[in-house]
Amino acid sequence: MNRLETQELVIDVPGRRDGQALTLSVEPGQVWGVLGPNGAGKTTLLHTLAGLRAPRAGQVLIDGRPLAALGRRQVAQMLGLVFQERHDGFPATVRETALIGRHPWLSAWQMEGGEDLRLAEVALERLDVAHLAERLVSTLSGGERQRLAIATVLTQAPRIWLADEPTNHLDLHHQTAVMALLAEQAGEGRAVVMCLHDLNLAARWCDHLLLLYPDGEACWGAAGRMLVPAALERLYGQRLATAEIDGAPVFVPVR
Amino acid sequence: MPVASADAMRMPRRRSLWLPLGMLALLGLAALLMSVTWGSAALTLGDVWAVVRGEGSPLARTLILELRIPRSLSAFAVGGLLAVAGALMQVLLRNPLADPYVLGLSGGASVGALAAMLAGLGGALITGSAFAGAFLSTLLVFGLAHGTGSWTPSRLLLTGVVVAAGWGAVITLMLAISPAERLPGMLYWLMGDLSYARSPWPPLTLLLAICLLLVPLGRSLNVMARGPLQAAALGVKVRPLEWTIYLVASVLTATAVTTAGSIGFVGLVVPHMLRLVLGNDQRLILPACALAGGSLLVLADTLARTMIAPEQLPVGVITALLGVPTFLFLLYRSR
Repeated sequence: MNRLETQELVIDVPGRRDGQALTLSVEPGQVWGVLGPNGAGKTTLLHTLAGLRAPRAGQVLIDGRPLAALGRRQVAQMLGLVFQERHDGFPATVRETALIGRHPWLSAWQMEGGEDLRLAEVALERLDVAHLAERLVSTLSGGERQRLAIATVLTQAPRIWLADEPTNHLDLHHQTAVMALLAEQAGEGRAVVMCLHDLNLAARWCDHLLLLYPDGEACWGAAGRMLVPAALERLYGQRLATAEIDGAPVFVPVR
Repeated sequence: MPVASADAMRMPRRRSLWLPLGMLALLGLAALLMSVTWGSAALTLGDVWAVVRGEGSPLARTLILELRIPRSLSAFAVGGLLAVAGALMQVLLRNPLADPYVLGLSGGASVGALAAMLAGLGGALITGSAFAGAFLSTLLVFGLAHGTGSWTPSRLLLTGVVVAAGWGAVITLMLAISPAERLPGMLYWLMGDLSYARSPWPPLTLLLAICLLLVPLGRSLNVMARGPLQAAALGVKVRPLEWTIYLVASVLTATAVTTAGSIGFVGLVVPHMLRLVLGNDQRLILPACALAGGSLLVLADTLARTMIAPEQLPVGVITALLGVPTFLFLLYRSR
């Protein structure tokens, strides 16, 4: 069981005054959504949580141990990150790309074995890209690449998932499939934190929300308490109309 | 069912590692044999075998043991060093156009060597001076690119390109002021010339040692090729790995350049040729580069000294003449 905590964490957004310090705890089984307008620091927060960026103040802990005290490989065994941006400088196939998720689990002298290949295969199958296994990544569509990125983290099999806009480029069906996958991961006792732009997906799938305001202010808590139209309208600077459909609140921007 | 399919995939994977390496090793052996038997005095395989067993005429012994074998092995080592260094630079800078010389290393080595030649020094002093120049250039580029902390591939690349341009100007200046009788030797050095190569063992040992050192780093390099953030997220210690690659590639290039001058093209094209054919797994590509780069340079050097014998051509011309059409053919077929 891995719990992700922040203590008095101030993320380092260039050119912005110190925002509100975050002290929160993401428990195993929880699905957290991070909401906020462009430039509010959502990606910076995820990268800080993953230990890829140093915070301005405070610290991130996994199971009570500061991230800075853990080795990179140890962190990678516990925590996986789906990036928003990807660059593929050299040609690689879909299967090879999913297999790099096994990197933190293999020693320097080990080749990927049958079990690693099986995990990659299962992940590709789960994300509906198994039929593309031999294709070069550069020939995939944006949505297929996004699913491959998620399959890579699924192959990595971390106990804590960080996902930066996991539904980017995805069609409606695959948006739902990916959110269901993340909810399923949480259901199996993993912790999930994701940045989202779609309020309705957040309302539908997240049990906790963190709202990041552009000036560095923040508030967080159970989703039911955070989904207040007035707060969301202030968050995005956009008037919203609210309805309830299929058991979940739906927010539509007003023209 | 998934287990069965995984096993079915695993077999060709294992085989796909050893088959190409075995074939490249055979190619290298064939190239070395050809290079030892061809030349101004043609020898048969039988002559070579006799000398290896300790027999044969004194003339054949001198020719094979003191001239041709050292030169062929030097060519193999230099070609391998350059190809491995090129492959490493391409991963480090995540730029397919990178080659061992892109960061100005050959310029520094050339200035060092030419300065020694200009001063009328010879032999080992030219080599030492070239190595010092290469080392100076490495430190200069790395120090400047590191600067105030941020160290991105594009910054390193730009620093390298500008430093290389500076060395280029110094080289032109030195050629312009040097006496006419020294010019041919200098030009040959600039284009790459294996007749300066002395003992093949230092570069050959280095090549073998580095290939072994790189085996456990192979998978980390594969992950590095996906970008530093992705690599860090998958548990790679990015900064130490980048330093290691830069230092290793620099030592390889400096050794190659001081052995045989700046032979172009091998370091750029051999890694790409192999990637087009074998994919981009560094655990396969790096040893394959050592074998294929070595073979290419042995063949090129053999042609360079036999085509218009007793005159010799600069070997860099031959590597380009052999490499360009092969590369273009592979590139054309791959899309």
